[in-house]
Amino acid sequence: MIFLRLILLNLWRHRIRSAISIAGVTFSVAAMLTVVTVLQGAIGMFSGLLSSGAEMIVFERNVSDLFFSEVPAASASAIAAWPMVAHADPVLFGVVSSADHPIITCFGVTREDARIRKATWLAGNASTFGQHENEVVLGERAADFLNATTGMQVPIGHEMFHVIGIVKTANGFEDGGVFMPLHAAQTFFHKEGSSVITIKLHEKNQTAEFKAEVKRTFPNLIALEDAEFSRTYSQFKILKATAWAVGGCGLALGGLGVANTMIMSVFARIREIAILRVNGFSNTQIAFTILGESALISVSGALLGMIVGIVAMYALKLIPALHGYVDVTIHPMLICVVVLLAFVTGLTGALYPAAYAMRIRAVEALRFE
Amino acid sequence: MKTPSQSPTQERVAIRTSDVWKSYDRGAIPVLNGVDFEMRAGETVALCGASGCGKSTLLHLVGGLDEPDRGQVWVHGEELTQRRDVVRFLRHEVGFIFQFHNLIADLTVEENCLLPATAAGTNRTQATERLHRLAERTGLTHRLRHRIQTLSGGERQRTALCRALMNSPKLLLADEPTGSLDERTSGAVFELLLELVKWEGATLLMATHDRGLARACNRVVEMHNGRIHESS
Ligand SMILES: Nc1ncnc2c1ncn2[C@@H]1O[C@H](COP(=O)(O)OP(=O)(O)O)[C@@H](O)[C@H]1O
Ligand SMILES: [Mg+2]
Repeated sequence: MIFLRLILLNLWRHRIRSAISIAGVTFSVAAMLTVVTVLQGAIGMFSGLLSSGAEMIVFERNVSDLFFSEVPAASASAIAAWPMVAHADPVLFGVVSSADHPIITCFGVTREDARIRKATWLAGNASTFGQHENEVVLGERAADFLNATTGMQVPIGHEMFHVIGIVKTANGFEDGGVFMPLHAAQTFFHKEGSSVITIKLHEKNQTAEFKAEVKRTFPNLIALEDAEFSRTYSQFKILKATAWAVGGCGLALGGLGVANTMIMSVFARIREIAILRVNGFSNTQIAFTILGESALISVSGALLGMIVGIVAMYALKLIPALHGYVDVTIHPMLICVVVLLAFVTGLTGALYPAAYAMRIRAVEALRFE
Repeated sequence: MKTPSQSPTQERVAIRTSDVWKSYDRGAIPVLNGVDFEMRAGETVALCGASGCGKSTLLHLVGGLDEPDRGQVWVHGEELTQRRDVVRFLRHEVGFIFQFHNLIADLTVEENCLLPATAAGTNRTQATERLHRLAERTGLTHRLRHRIQTLSGGERQRTALCRALMNSPKLLLADEPTGSLDERTSGAVFELLLELVKWEGATLLMATHDRGLARACNRVVEMHNGRIHESS
């Protein structure tokens, strides 16, 4: 009780200073949470976009970016014929920029693709897709910014396409994208195969076998499970590393703030610490009051930071341009990690002040009034 | 628990220093030059001497707050520099009273007094019970919930007295306990101090330059040129 009282007393005595350092932790935690969550959301969305509910994805071995991957059409049809494969859908990704609109992602797909089969059709229907080369289906947001409705002609790149449907998807990339028949996309992007093949197997436990088979039959292709893909894809790795680095720097700054506060706090009460010592407080007990103060600052900062971060993410979600790109599912694990990091940073920041407090000698500190 | 009659402990030695030397600034300021001194348990001794002669220094050495350059200090039969548990010693065997109280001003009387109990991990009911008994004896019962800032000098020193006795130490070291009080308050606080020490059966070593107060102790010793001389 008295420990807590001593800790709170000290926070209260310098309330402005305490508030500032709590705010420092709050903002760094909020920043970290927002950056990491938004990024993870984007990554999740991007990998969801690639695999679209399938279990595995086959692409060219050793490409740094999937947009450069090229899987020959012959390989795709060969794999589709394997007995363990339920679905093998080739997908060609392409990006078109036009004068008025920033970028449009194009998906060259077959009508069997899950994207077409399972989409919510706001206009048109799945059965008409793929019958004519110059007919496309637009994502809801793409339709919005192209000002298009079914039956209209829209310019994409240097060509005109006929809109036969509009679909709603949960995925931001797809929502702002254009779906073309695979052949049309191949012609449009001057490619012969596809970027990837998304695979659904008959039996889930055949993934290892499937991977081995791909490796043996097509040495220049690689098959990865979904989760494995998001783990190993180098673009994701770079993004994730950046997010954690940026977040970590923020947190370190918050931690430095706490360290600074704690140093001042210890200097300001050298006499009080000496009094505790004379009254039988051990070094551990003295360190406890310092570390406790710092832990209280960093944990309350972390909790406030979480609230601020969540509010910030919902605010981001409301920005129309980001619609569909910000995924506000905050993983409990992430919260734990961030709070733990904040706690550890706070404690680390208090180590030197605590060590200093432990060296305070009562005789010298109490010599003068 | 307490033994008002001191005869059984009379013979025991509470404090013994043997050829104790102490200087500051690496020998530049010699303060104690071979102090030989002894006190029996239950005794009250006044340590007199001019300001700056080393009274506080000796008290700090006896209280385990500092170490001598040379020589030994025994308290309750144990040599202090050999003790590895100085914290235990501070918690249970010695209590301090200073001229300027050294209370934590933002805490209440109760909280200040409970500090030694908290340090020692005494259970709360036991500590509160002890506190109330001490508060009653020192007339602080109605002041327990008040913060130190609102107290008079005499009340502050009485609080310091309660705190020093909280864990029932057998040795009380008082460094000019009435030095910051006016004459009347000073007399009252000192009387209370002696009364409590007797009630607790404790030993008191008090540094003072008030000859009047000193005479009320069992014995008066003089500190001069860094050594101790018996007087009277
Ligand atoms: N920590 C210290 N560093 C340097 N000099 C000190 C220190 N403590 C005490 N002194 C000096 O030692 C001498 C004795 O001090 P002290 O024991 O406080 O005397 P008293 O209590 O009798 O007035 C004084 O000259 C004082 O200035
Ligand atoms: Mg002194």
